[in-house]
Amino acid sequence: MELKFDRSLCEGCGTYDCLTKCQYLRLDERDARREVMKLISGEDSFVLRECVTCYACEEYCKRGNHPFYLITELQEKKGILPAPKPIVKQWVNMGIPTKREPQYFPFAREPVVSLCLFPEFMEELSGKLFEGISFIVGRYFFCQLAYLHFGRPSIIKERLPKIVENIARHGFKEVVFFHDECYSTFTSHARAYGIEVPFRPVHYFEYLYKRLKELEGEIRPLRARIAYQRNCSTRLAPDKEHYLDEIFELMGVERVQRDYDRENALCCGGIFRLQQRYDLYVDVQRRNVEDMVKAKAEYCVFNCPMCYYMLAERVSKAGIRPIMLHQLCKLAVGEPPR
Amino acid sequence: MRAVKKKEEIYKALVEIVGREYVSDRKEDLYIYSRDPGLAEAHEPDFVVLPKTVEEVQRIVRMANKERIPVVPVGASLSLSGLTVPYKGGIVIDLRRMDRIIEVNRRSRYAVIEAGVTQGKLKAYLEENFPDLCHSLPEAPPSATVVGNLVIHGQGHLAQQYGFNSSMVTGLEVVLPNGDVCRIGSCALGPYWFSLEPFPIPAGLFLGWFGATGIITKAGIRLYPKKKLRDVEVFIVEDPNLVPEVIYRVTHTEMAEDVTTSAQPYPPMYQGIIMIQVYITGDVEEELEFKRKLIWRSLKDVIDSKEGGFMALTPDVRGTLLEEPIPTLTRFADVLRGGGFVYCGAIIPVEKFPDALKRLFEIAERHQVTFAHSGRVIGRGHCMMFAFAYPFNREDAEGMERTKRALHDSYVATLEIGGIPWKPEPSVQRTVIERMDKGVAELLKRIRSLLDPNGIMSTANWSVEL
Amino acid sequence: MSTSLADIHRCFRCGWCKLPTNFVDYNCPPYVRFKFESYSPGGRLWLIRAWLKGELGWSERLAEVLFSCVGCRNCAESCKMRFKDEVMDWIVVARSIAVEEGLVPPKVRDFLENIARYGNPWGLPRVQRMAWASRVKKYDGDEYLLYLGCESCYPERGREMAKNVIAVLEAAGVSFGVLGNEEECDGNEAYMLGELGLFQELASRNATKFKELGVKKVLTVSPHAYNSMKRYPERGFEVLHFTQLLHELVQRGKLVLSSVRYKVAYHDPCFLGRYNRIYLEPRRVLQSIERLRLVEMRRSKENAFCCGGGGGNFVFDLLHGPEGPARVRVREALETGAEVLAVACPICKCMLDDAVKDEGLEGKIEVKDLAEIVLDAMK
Repeated sequence: MELKFDRSLCEGCGTYDCLTKCQYLRLDERDARREVMKLISGEDSFVLRECVTCYACEEYCKRGNHPFYLITELQEKKGILPAPKPIVKQWVNMGIPTKREPQYFPFAREPVVSLCLFPEFMEELSGKLFEGISFIVGRYFFCQLAYLHFGRPSIIKERLPKIVENIARHGFKEVVFFHDECYSTFTSHARAYGIEVPFRPVHYFEYLYKRLKELEGEIRPLRARIAYQRNCSTRLAPDKEHYLDEIFELMGVERVQRDYDRENALCCGGIFRLQQRYDLYVDVQRRNVEDMVKAKAEYCVFNCPMCYYMLAERVSKAGIRPIMLHQLCKLAVGEPPR
Repeated sequence: MRAVKKKEEIYKALVEIVGREYVSDRKEDLYIYSRDPGLAEAHEPDFVVLPKTVEEVQRIVRMANKERIPVVPVGASLSLSGLTVPYKGGIVIDLRRMDRIIEVNRRSRYAVIEAGVTQGKLKAYLEENFPDLCHSLPEAPPSATVVGNLVIHGQGHLAQQYGFNSSMVTGLEVVLPNGDVCRIGSCALGPYWFSLEPFPIPAGLFLGWFGATGIITKAGIRLYPKKKLRDVEVFIVEDPNLVPEVIYRVTHTEMAEDVTTSAQPYPPMYQGIIMIQVYITGDVEEELEFKRKLIWRSLKDVIDSKEGGFMALTPDVRGTLLEEPIPTLTRFADVLRGGGFVYCGAIIPVEKFPDALKRLFEIAERHQVTFAHSGRVIGRGHCMMFAFAYPFNREDAEGMERTKRALHDSYVATLEIGGIPWKPEPSVQRTVIERMDKGVAELLKRIRSLLDPNGIMSTANWSVEL
Repeated sequence: MSTSLADIHRCFRCGWCKLPTNFVDYNCPPYVRFKFESYSPGGRLWLIRAWLKGELGWSERLAEVLFSCVGCRNCAESCKMRFKDEVMDWIVVARSIAVEEGLVPPKVRDFLENIARYGNPWGLPRVQRMAWASRVKKYDGDEYLLYLGCESCYPERGREMAKNVIAVLEAAGVSFGVLGNEEECDGNEAYMLGELGLFQELASRNATKFKELGVKKVLTVSPHAYNSMKRYPERGFEVLHFTQLLHELVQRGKLVLSSVRYKVAYHDPCFLGRYNRIYLEPRRVLQSIERLRLVEMRRSKENAFCCGGGGGNFVFDLLHGPEGPARVRVREALETGAEVLAVACPICKCMLDDAVKDEGLEGKIEVKDLAEIVLDAMK
């Protein structure tokens, strides 16, 4: 499994968006070019040490050349650790299945939703929007993409083929992925590494949009102002985000105009904390939430559970209600949370 | 014939003291009070009695002393080391009907409680009535008694700041083995229970003796400021040799509340690492953040070397760690779905942590048992409690035997690395007495025989006979 | 729901079960009454295990320990282990073994036999069940079947409560009818005492009768009946407790309530509260009454301290005495300064009313059921 990287695309770039647009490194065009040249030649660059692993450069690159995947490959090759060793070890071990974890879901039928490492949402994914769905969940279905944050793409390469097999043996034609990370694994990452995916990955937004459209008559417009917290992994495969805006329109919510949204979104900070960058963690959270307050958002909508876990408290303290996307959708069809 | 008659007389005497409802010689009650939830051998008492007042306790003890009947005072019996097992039969005195919180003096920050007050009851009472005060709460179930914990030199969540729970005693009321009652501390002179010092302190005659020298019926304990906010940081390392340094640095900041350690081989996310939990408190966010920053800063070079780092806690993990007490320790009993665990609590110098952890792994491997470690820093790293903990399954007799052997080896290891077994089983107490300085062993013997010449009190504890 | 004792050895006897989740004070009624560890949930489970393993023989004391549990579920609520929800089931299973082996104590045996023969645990004639309610409409296709239950039909205070509920329903124009003397015991206590066969028989009889009559909705006076019927296998009807309907009626404006001037402490019945998580509706009904001051006891909602009437104890009264749960609970209510102790269960009403008298607190605090308070507010 080799990363499909074409250095000629970088050599002819001219704008070096990957590094000039980076919100954390803030390089001008000249410095960006210098560092890009180092990276594509496999040389050391301070970028490898300073990268906060926000994944944004994958989105910024207009030439489809995977700058972030390259960074992670180089980090691993050079033994550069974005986070302390015990933290990395813990995360690597977190993916090891426990004794009683299911490897196969014999009763799962399509439409099937993969909940990856988030079984806690099984109960909530119920009601009108989720009638008739089955789940696959647990470490045998963990997409592994999180290891990009820890400079360990080799773990992904090692484990992913079995994960694909675990899913594929159920015979699904389509699998709905709850988490942006899973979706990105089986789309962007799979393409970049030449991994065959024998099912069509469907993003959660697509599923939700279609269901909401079917239930359009039952939707009561929420008329709320929401800020959307865009997570890192969505940037790997932003193609499906149009569904999000369509969902918001259907539900009658306004995604407030604010600085830190869409391409300019700020990370939840959770990974920065793991990298022991405490001040940066506090700073991005504060700026992000202040931005939401300034834009008079009533809710902060999350799709990523990790973003939710890391940011919800600060959002809440600022007087904004944190809410998961599916909880908001359920509200719109008259199924408020208990 | 004579023995039976004697028993009937004792029964009548006990009924006369506490009333028929609170004396039992029925086999069901004897069964329960003959054992604790650990692995100690069961021994049946002859009677179980539940007094309500100090006078009742005195009368029971006086009678037992006269008739030379062994007496074992108990709280919730949760030491797990068989300290409350009536090895020589006799009368078990369950003190939990004496559960009044007599006084809380807010200004002087102390509480006066009876022997049967549970940890939970005191905590709830303070939360409701004195929300800016708390007592040092151990990780035992909330049904454990405060005085029982003092009697075994327990440690609570304020250990790093203020030491052993037994150092927080401000006064005692004790019924002596001859039935006399005495007050120790400022309460001996007046109505206030604020201090043991500056008297020559006989409190040490009753703390740590597990009931062998008398029955504590009331205690004054220090209460401490309780802040509105509380949070926890978990620092993890792979190398156990780093742990003493981490603890040294954190305790130097004087910014932490509780500092605890843990290690377990399963599930995989805990394998191969050691976790150091650092709790911080504050009345306002700035106070909390200030403390957090200083603690992070104290570990900067460990972090920069990539050898250690703070975890990012999800709300459920953080929520569990912030519970008071943390139920995870009790849940350890269900790891083997078997209803029990035992542990060798060792009080060791912090610098011996790597040694102790190495021994734990070796012992577990040797006896093929699963295990976990939990620890708590006492004082500014003056020492720590290091637990070698082993779950067991009550339906697995062979497994239980291996667990007992692992437990025994843990005590041996403790002594070998220069530590002190904390609240050990009577058999280990004997080993400790055999090994200790001859002068003090003699002193302990003389104190015991002075206070309890007829040898009736908790005779298995701190005794060489048995 | 556990039906075997295979896991009973997993009880660590750690004692969390003795306390409520807020630790305020001991919350297990038999433990509070007797204070021997044997009467605590953990003690009871260890003794059951010892009995089944042959370490202890059956005895009167063991029977007393086993049948003194009133089934309040505080243990299952507070237990911190993975098997917490089974803890209460284990006690029922152990009792069912005792029943099968013919080992139940005489009081319990009589209780169960009376239910089987007379449809009530006192062994009183069936004709007395609802003779007092002869003018109440018999069920005839009405919206609700109002199910009264033994405890609302035979004891005086229970009848008062039933009359209060009936009066409120009539005032609100609710369409309901009763079964009269044909009413059968709901079986809750039979189940709790381990007589699973009798429970199934009663469940079957009731479900069949309701089906024949075309009953779609059953409204119960007692939370015990509510709980029991919710668990009937193949239940073809909806069950509601009367406080839930009262809540709905208040919300829809069908009950016009003015004011009362007393301070009320609400006592959560175990079978509405811990068993079925109904905490808010009764409180909302009370809060909708002007000038009514609602206060909470130290132990409320999921921490409520049981009145001690469950598990048949409202008949055999094993836990009576100044340290019994009913009297302890009344003293707790008094601490709040409440003038009225509000109940939503006829068993609670009997137990706590007796306790007020035993404590010599008549005139200081009064036990009123929710329907009674609503009636007060309708005057």
